[in-house]
Amino acid sequence: MTQTAAVELVDIWKRFPGVVANAGAHLRIDRGTVHAVLGENGAGKSTLMNVLSGVYRPDEGEVRLDGVLHRFHTPADALTAGIGMVHQEFRLVPSFTVAENVVLGAAERILRRQDVEARVDELARRFGLATEPDRPVWQLSMGERQRVEILKALWRDARILILDEPTAVLTPNEANELGGVLRHMADDGRSVIFISHKLHEVTGFCDVATVLRGGETVAASLPVAGTDAATLAGLMVGSTSLAGERPPARAPGEVRLAVSGLCALGDRGLPAVHDINLEVRSGEIVGIAGVAGNGQRELVQVLAGLRSATDGTVDLGGKDVTTDPPRRRFGSGLCYIPEDRLGVGLAPRLSVVENAVLRSYAQHRRGPFLLEASMTAHCQDLVDRFGVRTGPLGDPVAGLSGGNLQRLLVGRELGSGPGVVVAAQPTRGLDVQGVKAIQDLLVAERDTGTAVLLISEDLDELLTLSDRLLVMHQGRILAEFDPRNSERSIIGEAMAGHLPEEGAA
Amino acid sequence: MTEASMIGLLVATVSFGALLYLAALGELISEKAGVLNLGVEGMMAMGAVSAFMAAHQTGNPWIGLAVGVLAGALTGFLHGWFTVVLGAEQVVSGLSLTILGLGFAAYMGKNVVGRPPGGVLAPVDWGPLTDIPWAGPVLFGQAPFVYLAVLAGLATWFVLSRTRIGLALRAAGESAPTADAAGHSVVGLRLGAVVVGGGLAGASGAYLTLTLTPQWAEGITAGRGWIAVALVIFGAWRPGRAAVGALLFGGLLALKTRLQTFGVDFSPILLSMLPYVFTITVLIAISVRSRNRPSPAPAALGTTYRREER
Repeated sequence: MTQTAAVELVDIWKRFPGVVANAGAHLRIDRGTVHAVLGENGAGKSTLMNVLSGVYRPDEGEVRLDGVLHRFHTPADALTAGIGMVHQEFRLVPSFTVAENVVLGAAERILRRQDVEARVDELARRFGLATEPDRPVWQLSMGERQRVEILKALWRDARILILDEPTAVLTPNEANELGGVLRHMADDGRSVIFISHKLHEVTGFCDVATVLRGGETVAASLPVAGTDAATLAGLMVGSTSLAGERPPARAPGEVRLAVSGLCALGDRGLPAVHDINLEVRSGEIVGIAGVAGNGQRELVQVLAGLRSATDGTVDLGGKDVTTDPPRRRFGSGLCYIPEDRLGVGLAPRLSVVENAVLRSYAQHRRGPFLLEASMTAHCQDLVDRFGVRTGPLGDPVAGLSGGNLQRLLVGRELGSGPGVVVAAQPTRGLDVQGVKAIQDLLVAERDTGTAVLLISEDLDELLTLSDRLLVMHQGRILAEFDPRNSERSIIGEAMAGHLPEEGAA
Repeated sequence: MTEASMIGLLVATVSFGALLYLAALGELISEKAGVLNLGVEGMMAMGAVSAFMAAHQTGNPWIGLAVGVLAGALTGFLHGWFTVVLGAEQVVSGLSLTILGLGFAAYMGKNVVGRPPGGVLAPVDWGPLTDIPWAGPVLFGQAPFVYLAVLAGLATWFVLSRTRIGLALRAAGESAPTADAAGHSVVGLRLGAVVVGGGLAGASGAYLTLTLTPQWAEGITAGRGWIAVALVIFGAWRPGRAAVGALLFGGLLALKTRLQTFGVDFSPILLSMLPYVFTITVLIAISVRSRNRPSPAPAALGTTYRREER
């Protein structure tokens, strides 16, 4: 390569207490390219990007932009140097208009509203980012909000744009549009860094890919055109195999969970769940696929008794529990693995033991007093059975890693021998081993005859585990697929709201 | 009711309205930046006693006003230091400053209770304008504080909605991480807003002892700081609507002292409850309406911001 790289990260080390997040990572990005940074959760992608965007200072290593050494002390320094970052959680003010959000970081002393809106509109058009500058952000969809985030960076004339898992909140169509926008920016001479672990997007949008594993660069600047997805996947996961083996199916038994005509409102008071009908039988896993924000969260909350239904019924083992509070549902054999494991699932500051008995404390008491020894024994049993790696059991649970938190939570819920399991995003944010362990637990639970409803945003996981697969879109069940013989692309279309010609089984 | 007493009522309405408006603007600026300031009452008391004593010493009411603003700003700085810099609970700090401010003002002013003022800020003479029937006395026969309040209201509106610093300040009150990520100092903006807000509360206090009463007595603020807090909610965090609310609440204050002279048999105690009844009504209206849209209250109001660390 003859030109100087737009970005060069040389031998970056970053250590946190107990973790080495970056262990000599390298990255070299050329002008005018879309560069994928691939890696599993915990591979050090976010840390490396935080080093580049000035959030963290590296313990060792150099950051060079156009060949010039830079030392960023704050994110503002990196911004000034032309680095724009679009975070996974958007940094937008919901009550502000699009234009106000865009210019927030770099406005003139006096703001002339129409003038500012016209200029934001012009910038948006130049890069093909359709938007309405005078609309408040709270009215926008996730895809539109992301465009505002990108506009913010362009407004400050960022030469290097970092997008952290940008497609996680998008429909497949929106994701394709994003690909076009990124190409536009690269053609304009900017460099785009695309962080992802979705391989088909990387092969679709990106020119070059760098793969991180365990904080190190395992493959630098591979041309995407000459590399197939399987090779990239292999580099990401190393020796462990990614392709999950389908567990053998089992003949389903009687209906354990029946939902009919269920409707519910979302947080804003607008309908979020419409007329949902579904059944889960003993010994089967029913998967629900869908892009985030299509009513899955609300549906799960209604099933768990945390959100009231406006219409329809929920039946647990032949008993109508529609108006029952969570405790009664638990009594009727429901177990719930919430999506927010360290907020709804576990109480961060309580100890491992206290969290382990949150459901079953009534069995460990004499009169009004709790029995310490009995609680600890129960907790130790869960820890052993479900392979939770933990320090002293009296320590706050917040100190556990994501995978161990989830094992403890799943263990607590499954430990009671439930009839029905509702699991929302049970493997999100876990590393490979963690994902495998939780998936195995769910399959084992199914094999003992439990009915499992699995909500996930990971289509591969759903295809591997489910016996039947439902697709949710805008609060409705749009289609049902047999995961054994359905094409990904058709399911993807359904997730985007396009009804397949003949999808219903 | 005579025409003269009707005019008198309107003059007093504007006059009390300006008193409430100054303090409410201070609270509004502070809340827009995300800091709830329940210490307004204490800041008014500090402003009132400091302004009176300075005027008493120097004989110059303008110096009194400056000292009053400074005393309010200083008390505001304390609140900002505790809550924004040290991260103390805003409600606790605000309530403590109300109690502290009232007590400290009483202690400071022990020797000037009932003394004659060193000078007052008398109504401005606008010449022939003052002679216009009705509008003359109501609009042009007022003390400098009234015009100060109008200017402060316009300035607040302009700065908040039309300038970069206003945009950054509102961002700090809506979503501190966003303001921070955009390169603005959340601590600086919030601290600045609380100090300016305290200064305006101090000005409001000075208005009491330099024009309205004009004397110092313990408890002279008589809960007006609390009405100012309510007024911000009533005005849905907008300077313009707060001005309308200030005139309405000012009218109630004016009516309270005049009810007997008008020969109306209505309890003044019930009347002084009305601002709070109105405010609760508005709060309910806001929460009913805001089912589908964000509330007009700054989203980060009352929260402490710390830049996250891993």
